[in-house]
Amino acid sequence: MDKFTTVTGVAAPLDLVNVDTDMIIPKQFLKTIARTGLGKNLFDEMRFDRQGRENPDFVLNQPAYRNAEVLISGENFGCGSSREHAPWAIKDFGIRVVIAPSFADIFFNNCSKNGILAIPMPQDVVDVLMEDARKGANARMTVDLGNQKVTTSDGQEFGFQIDAFKKHCLLNGLDDIGLTMEKAAAIDTFEAKNATLHPWV
Amino acid sequence: MTAPRTLYDKIWDDHLVQEDADGTCLIYIDRHLVHEVTSPQAFEGLRMTNRKVRAPEKTIAVPDHNVPTTEGRDTHIDNVESRIQVEALDKNARDFGVQYYPVSDIRQGIVHIVGPEQGWTLPGMTVVCGDSHTATHGAFGSLAHGIGTSEVEHVLATQTLIQQKSKNMKVEITGKLPAGVTAKDITLSVIGATGTAGGTGHVIEYCGEAIRALSMEGRMTVCNMAIEGGARAGLIAPDETTFDYVMGRPHAPKGAKWEAALSYWKTLFSDEGAHFDKVVTLKGEDIAPVVTWGTSPEDVLPITGVVPDPESFKGGKVEAVRRSLAYMGLEPGMKLTDIAIDAVFIGSCTNGRIEDLRAAAEILKGKKIAQGVRGLVVPGSGLVRAQAEEEGLAQIFLDAGFEWRLAGCSMCLAMNPDQLAEGERCASTSNRNFEGRQGFKGRTHLLSPAMAAAAAIAGHLTDVRELV
Ligand code: SF4
Repeated sequence: MDKFTTVTGVAAPLDLVNVDTDMIIPKQFLKTIARTGLGKNLFDEMRFDRQGRENPDFVLNQPAYRNAEVLISGENFGCGSSREHAPWAIKDFGIRVVIAPSFADIFFNNCSKNGILAIPMPQDVVDVLMEDARKGANARMTVDLGNQKVTTSDGQEFGFQIDAFKKHCLLNGLDDIGLTMEKAAAIDTFEAKNATLHPWV
Repeated sequence: MTAPRTLYDKIWDDHLVQEDADGTCLIYIDRHLVHEVTSPQAFEGLRMTNRKVRAPEKTIAVPDHNVPTTEGRDTHIDNVESRIQVEALDKNARDFGVQYYPVSDIRQGIVHIVGPEQGWTLPGMTVVCGDSHTATHGAFGSLAHGIGTSEVEHVLATQTLIQQKSKNMKVEITGKLPAGVTAKDITLSVIGATGTAGGTGHVIEYCGEAIRALSMEGRMTVCNMAIEGGARAGLIAPDETTFDYVMGRPHAPKGAKWEAALSYWKTLFSDEGAHFDKVVTLKGEDIAPVVTWGTSPEDVLPITGVVPDPESFKGGKVEAVRRSLAYMGLEPGMKLTDIAIDAVFIGSCTNGRIEDLRAAAEILKGKKIAQGVRGLVVPGSGLVRAQAEEEGLAQIFLDAGFEWRLAGCSMCLAMNPDQLAEGERCASTSNRNFEGRQGFKGRTHLLSPAMAAAAAIAGHLTDVRELV
């Protein structure tokens, strides 16, 4: 997994609540057996018409935001399906941080497993960040994971919370599976105990 | 004396492999269900790192999401990408030695219907799948939730999952349901009351007289949509209804193991005085047949209602509702019963079980679907389909003018050829009404199987209570 330390970049405002995984990556793009290449279809049905022409009103099609690295959005971001194609598409597009008042559970987990930082922040803070994002390409936001801090283009700072284990994995680009395999002895013990306690499982 | 625990606490405690100082927990997984869409990258990951599936006997694979529901699919799938995914699952299941139900097997169907049907899902288990509607299995009092593909790979390799414990939420449905009101109306009404983020960070336990009175099929419908309420999982404490359903299923315990299991299962309930972080109570008597009008499952109203005005909402929801109504082609103030439909879809892991087909057939018996309406019935598994044929339900659907399909997810998410055309409107027994869910620019109204059947006959959304 890629390491995440600090990102300084353009933030795109996507001022909608309940942005669901079908919006992020419609199901016709789930028929892949690879993890990469999904960025071109991120928000496909909002970004393009059926002939594949860009919708000029959609934020990521506007010149200022084509290279956005941060996305600011409304509450319950990522609700819907468990498809990891959603964070894969976000990452492949080049976005490394998503900030919203709240996230759907599975999506939130999927982000950290792919080196994306999803940050829940209070609505009033998100409102400030949304305004900052609206300033366009010259307004660059900084997200510093080590210091757990977001800094707007005009220097306002906001701290954020993150689970210590997630932070550690993100900062060091650690692979969960490798970490868990080091605990194989504990898993063996559990299985042996369970075979006696719950032999029907 | 230990402190009183909730059902969720008990299952959690019994699956805790290790807890780190920072509260990160390693949880053992008893059943892992796998389907063709969210697993290829996970198996590929195992190959790349030379890892094996740790417990292939606890891993069940079945293709469902993008398989066609028409005859001939066992020999050929037209869509190249779907075919590649199904072939990849075939190969992965065989290479890694996991339990497998290919499309040619009568037991094939939607993964969340196959698991319970075959007795893979048992009370007190942890069950995961790379699909958010894994919550369905919570109906058995098992802790079941969806995971992403990285986690699928993690479970395949280690049979565990790294988790943080969720909070406890209780949703109680008191009293009795009025006639014409079903499990689907309960689950939609709960989401209408709590919102799609109401359960975020929680595991919901559904309880109360109205829940106890439900069959296993109904309970699965309720738990299925826990995820639409934002919860990690939904649970219902097991009881005689559960045990009766499980007993004798192919992979359920037998003999002495059954007795041992049963005595354990009977300890699976929330203790008196156990702490819930959030409690929601609805009166069964107050629940009406409901439909959704928007593009979020929280956009729920009784069928007697009217399309709401965006201005009557607050905050970001105002814009979301405006967008929703434009997408749905609806005007505020319009009666819900005046909404004409083009298609009816009966199926999915929410409502593709035998009881659902019975409920719909009951309404359709001797009737025809309205002119110009297309009806699709997609049983949740090959076995549900066979049973419905035996009971004469298939004939009722066919006589009414419905298409009678093979098992799969079908128009629930329209990854296979079963899709709405642009602008078409569907009365659907599935669980998501998101934009584009049932086809590009397709419009979805979620409702119960009985309400779907009633809409099919009327040609517009209608109150099933007027037909019974
Ligand atoms: S029927 Fe629908 S919700 Fe259920 S598993 Fe299939 S696609 Fe998902």
